[in-house]
Amino acid sequence: MTLRLSSPHVTRNNSTAGVMQKVLLALLPGITALTYLFGWGSLIQVLICLISGLVFEALAIWLRRQSISFFLSDYSAAVTAVLLGVSLPPTAPYWVAVVGMLVAIIFGKQVYGGLGNNPFNPAMVAYALLLVSFPVQMTAWIIPGETLLSLADTTSAIFAAGTIDGYSGATPLDLIRNRAGLTTSELWSPGSNLSAIAQAYQWVALAWAAGGVALLYLKVFTWHTPISMLASLFVISAMFYGYDPDTYLDPVSQLTLGATMLGAFFIATDPVSSATSTKGKLVFGAGIGLLVFVIRTWGNYPDAVAFAVLVLNLAAPMIDQYTQPRAFGHKGVRMGPQGKE
Amino acid sequence: MDSVITAILALLGLALVFGLLLGYASVRFKVEGNPIVDQIDAILPQTQCGQCGHPGCRPYAEAIAAGEAINKCPPGGQATIDQLAELLNVESIPLDAEHGSEDVRKVAYIREDECIGCTKCIQACPVDAILGAAKQMHTVIVSECTGCDLCVEPCPVDCIDMIPVATTIGNWKWPAPPSPMQIIATDRTTPSEETA
Amino acid sequence: MAVYSFHGGIHPPENKLQSTQTPLVDAPLPRHLIIPVQQHIGMAADPIVKIGDTVLKGQVIAEPIGRISTAVHAPSSGRVIDISQQPVPHASGLEAECIVIETDGEERWCEHEGLDDYKKLAPNELIDFIRSKGIAGMGGAGFPTDVKLHLGDDHIVNTLIINAAECEPYITSDDMLMRTCADEIVGGIEVIAHLLKPHHILIGIEDNKPEAIAALSSACKISRVPIDIQVVPTKYPSGGERQLIQLLTNIEVPSGKIPADVGIVCQNVGTTAAIYEAVTTGQPLISRIVTLTGAALKQPQNLRALIGTPFTTLLEFAGLEPDKLSKLVMGGPMMGVPLTSPHLPVIKTTNCLIATTIEEMPPAPPAQACIRCGLCEQACPAQLLPQQLYWFSKGKEFEKARQHNLFDCIECGACAYVCPSNIPLVQYYRFAKSEIRNEELEQRRADHARARFEARQARLEREAAEKAEKRKQRALEAAAAQAARKKAEEKAAAEAAESGESNASDDAALKSLKVAAAVSRTKLSKAEKALKNAREKELDGIDKLEATVVELKTKSDEAQAMYDAAVNASTSPEKIAKSDAESDAKKEITLDLKALKQQVSIMRTKLKKAKASEVDAAEILELEARLNTAQAELNTAEEQQMAKAAAAGIDLKQLKIDAALAKAAVTKTERAAKAAETDQEREQLEAELPQKRETAEQLAQQLARFE
Repeated sequence: MTLRLSSPHVTRNNSTAGVMQKVLLALLPGITALTYLFGWGSLIQVLICLISGLVFEALAIWLRRQSISFFLSDYSAAVTAVLLGVSLPPTAPYWVAVVGMLVAIIFGKQVYGGLGNNPFNPAMVAYALLLVSFPVQMTAWIIPGETLLSLADTTSAIFAAGTIDGYSGATPLDLIRNRAGLTTSELWSPGSNLSAIAQAYQWVALAWAAGGVALLYLKVFTWHTPISMLASLFVISAMFYGYDPDTYLDPVSQLTLGATMLGAFFIATDPVSSATSTKGKLVFGAGIGLLVFVIRTWGNYPDAVAFAVLVLNLAAPMIDQYTQPRAFGHKGVRMGPQGKE
Repeated sequence: MDSVITAILALLGLALVFGLLLGYASVRFKVEGNPIVDQIDAILPQTQCGQCGHPGCRPYAEAIAAGEAINKCPPGGQATIDQLAELLNVESIPLDAEHGSEDVRKVAYIREDECIGCTKCIQACPVDAILGAAKQMHTVIVSECTGCDLCVEPCPVDCIDMIPVATTIGNWKWPAPPSPMQIIATDRTTPSEETA
Repeated sequence: MAVYSFHGGIHPPENKLQSTQTPLVDAPLPRHLIIPVQQHIGMAADPIVKIGDTVLKGQVIAEPIGRISTAVHAPSSGRVIDISQQPVPHASGLEAECIVIETDGEERWCEHEGLDDYKKLAPNELIDFIRSKGIAGMGGAGFPTDVKLHLGDDHIVNTLIINAAECEPYITSDDMLMRTCADEIVGGIEVIAHLLKPHHILIGIEDNKPEAIAALSSACKISRVPIDIQVVPTKYPSGGERQLIQLLTNIEVPSGKIPADVGIVCQNVGTTAAIYEAVTTGQPLISRIVTLTGAALKQPQNLRALIGTPFTTLLEFAGLEPDKLSKLVMGGPMMGVPLTSPHLPVIKTTNCLIATTIEEMPPAPPAQACIRCGLCEQACPAQLLPQQLYWFSKGKEFEKARQHNLFDCIECGACAYVCPSNIPLVQYYRFAKSEIRNEELEQRRADHARARFEARQARLEREAAEKAEKRKQRALEAAAAQAARKKAEEKAAAEAAESGESNASDDAALKSLKVAAAVSRTKLSKAEKALKNAREKELDGIDKLEATVVELKTKSDEAQAMYDAAVNASTSPEKIAKSDAESDAKKEITLDLKALKQQVSIMRTKLKKAKASEVDAAEILELEARLNTAQAELNTAEEQQMAKAAAAGIDLKQLKIDAALAKAAVTKTERAAKAAETDQEREQLEAELPQKRETAEQLAQQLARFE
């Protein structure tokens, strides 16, 4: 008559798929902003990633002899695909996206045993690998402005390697990196390259942040990771900016340029690969913020969110280990590892 | 040339210091006896059944310490093998079927009207779990019986049975939840059949 | 006074209104009452009635065993028709011992009397009185109440907390109790306060029960002890003992300790009402309020039901629609026990029955992968890391699960409730807990067995040593005795030889003659050997030796001659004839018996085989019959033999056993000798062998005479 299963007999009406769907919806404002300001490229990248991502996921599940319909319906591959899609330069060749998804799904997730078992954020694994392997394709961003590539041109650029020379260029963070001796204020002077393009990037960042705040409101994740990451990045860049405004970038630009907002709300909050305890999340976020600043300022790459997230992913188990909450009734018991492991 | 001598002297000095340290440590932190055998013995189920080919659990523990395979203990089963593997830091291996298979816990039961009071089972019982005297009917102290079945063979009238311990509310164990794969594969028919 | 808060918790839909619309009524008296002897934590009670006994309402039918146990009373008058294993409401769906009473509908009470003034009684007597009324915690766990009332003996109790939170959805039995019996509850609190003498009495109640709060408040106003009613916000599981304590006092009961260790005792409202009832009227705990709710019932309501009432009776009364029913749960939806059948009885902890439709409690969808979202951690009232515990339990890393405080888990189900992946977390924890408990049990058992084994080994060694000691002693004594005997014999032999008499007529003389002859022969051979040796080595005194040998030879010859003569004289022809006849007769009987025995055993084997192969029943029957006749024949034969033996004045059975034992001793010694490690040991054992063999031989011969 009944299933002999343990209590509880009721559950809240939420599901992993539901969480993923909310994340996908929250990504929409950012995608819209990207499309509006940078043309069709990002949308096409997202589509390529989605299709190839789902194909690879299905393939991997089939190889693992598991139920394809059951595991595809958790939407996790879709979230990974969209995150990678919006991270790629809008006009990157299609195979970059496909290789990226292959890495993300197969090597970033399924080889570890599928969703829930991957130590790294799959999208960031793919992004970092692409950035290292194909630096040329991965750094040519569309120059935002009045004249954007048409849909046809974008498609040909992506699929047939059509010329886009007049349209692509460096990102703001690239410009700041390769400043050729200019001070920060000179970089930002009206009429400079940077000030011409930065605004578009900041709008996109705002759109990401809006989506992220919506997720916070929906309690998809807690505030700890994103706020701690943004705060630590803000504080440390403010300190350096205050010390030497000519050399260091101002904190607001740190927060609004590059992938900071996307990273804070959509990548660092990936529950699987981040720290889980409340304190751990604070440490995790702060670590990312700090690393982003360090790599951006003194590192080899203009942006750093992917690397910072990966490094902290690596540290997440240790962070969890040392930030275990004190269990009820264990007052005065020391935290961290207990007994032999 | 001087530097060579200095180097040699320095190394000699270091060797001396560390040698002394090691010597001191070996005396100061001396480990008494052969505790690994005790540790192994503590893991073994102490049925003293001899299915491993040794006359008791401790001899088998000694044999394991001397390098014998860890998978010869059917009463302990896989759980014991896993614990031994962890203790000895070796790969866990499945139970050696040659020595028997893992079975539910059993206790001996003497059919008392058939017992002739020969005391053979009493002598065979490794844990003194059989009560009785010559020419008197014997009985098994169930709470002390380890289920080793060593008493079955010596009985001249075959009046000892090994009875599986029944599951009651007292010793019932929660089963592990079914894996989601099973549920999907069978479309959740198995659990409902189970309760039918 | 401030209300504090505890970590985590959830807000599931309450679903409490359905069952509080109608007033509390009594459930119908069922035809049969099924009363499990264990409805509480601790040892099961021991039935003191027999099948066929007539019992009166309130009569004790099972007595507590041990410290933590409670009595069980007959909930109504009638006849005991069965004491057997019956299915009981338990997660395992297994059966347990129950007393089944067929009610006579008369509801005749046994004699019972309340206490006029419980304060006159010594605390111990009052607690014993309450214990005799079978009261166990009615909140859910069913812990014997008298044990908790004794906590004042060895703990300083400064706060008494009455748990009226009733935080689980659906359940309203405590709510209804408080609405209708507020005075009784307060009266019960006074009794407990009298026993425990707390400084402070708090009632913790969730804010979703305004009517109950009002009723309690007015009852408390006229109470003789000051009682504070603390209204706490509705949040599951605020009714958990430790959670409620933290809510009301901000004290965390340390892990592994009981609340009394921090000066707090908790009691459920239902328990206090039961105590009041028992103390004032003397009525034992034989009924309780049960909430009947769920969408599969037409009339959800609260009923006062007798313990042992089958759920079917209650469900029918509440208008069960069987085709709508999908799942039956005893208790709340968060911690309740799913029931496999509705034919189970109400027990002391049955606070609620939920008959749900499939829409109300849909079967859980298959579990998806854990995405470490951390919602469970946010919900956990014990501040554990549910997902870590899940990974450890799933991976069977029980040691790690324990290190992560698995045993602080109260199994409230908040984590599983919020889990987006629908993982049956609580079942994983329960699984891990029972595995760990089982491992501990096995370990204890192994340690116990080792201790017994080692004690036995030590005993055997000690016995062996004692035996060896005794043997040595005996050997020495024997040697001394032999030496003395030898001397005497020698003397006798010499005398006999001298006198030349040959009047050996009795066996003893014959024997001594034989021995004398043997001894002199041995002496002679020894002397001869010595002579030979001496000759070879050309030693001195050869002539002397030669003389001795000659002398000995004559002596030996004489002795032999004497012995021969004696033997000839003693073996008269009649004797021989007699013994021959005797042995013939014996042989006959023996043959007969042996044949019979063989026949019986063959038949038995045949029967066994037949049974095993399950051939037709007729054959088995026939075989059985034949076996029986053969057995009977054998028995008569054996009896005859026994009688014969008895006539001979010998206990045949004893003889048989002795013979078998002696035989076993021989084989054992042989085996031991083979297995002996040192030569010394072997020699010793081999030395024992002949003696043992002889005993065995003698006994066997003796036995053969009678068989």
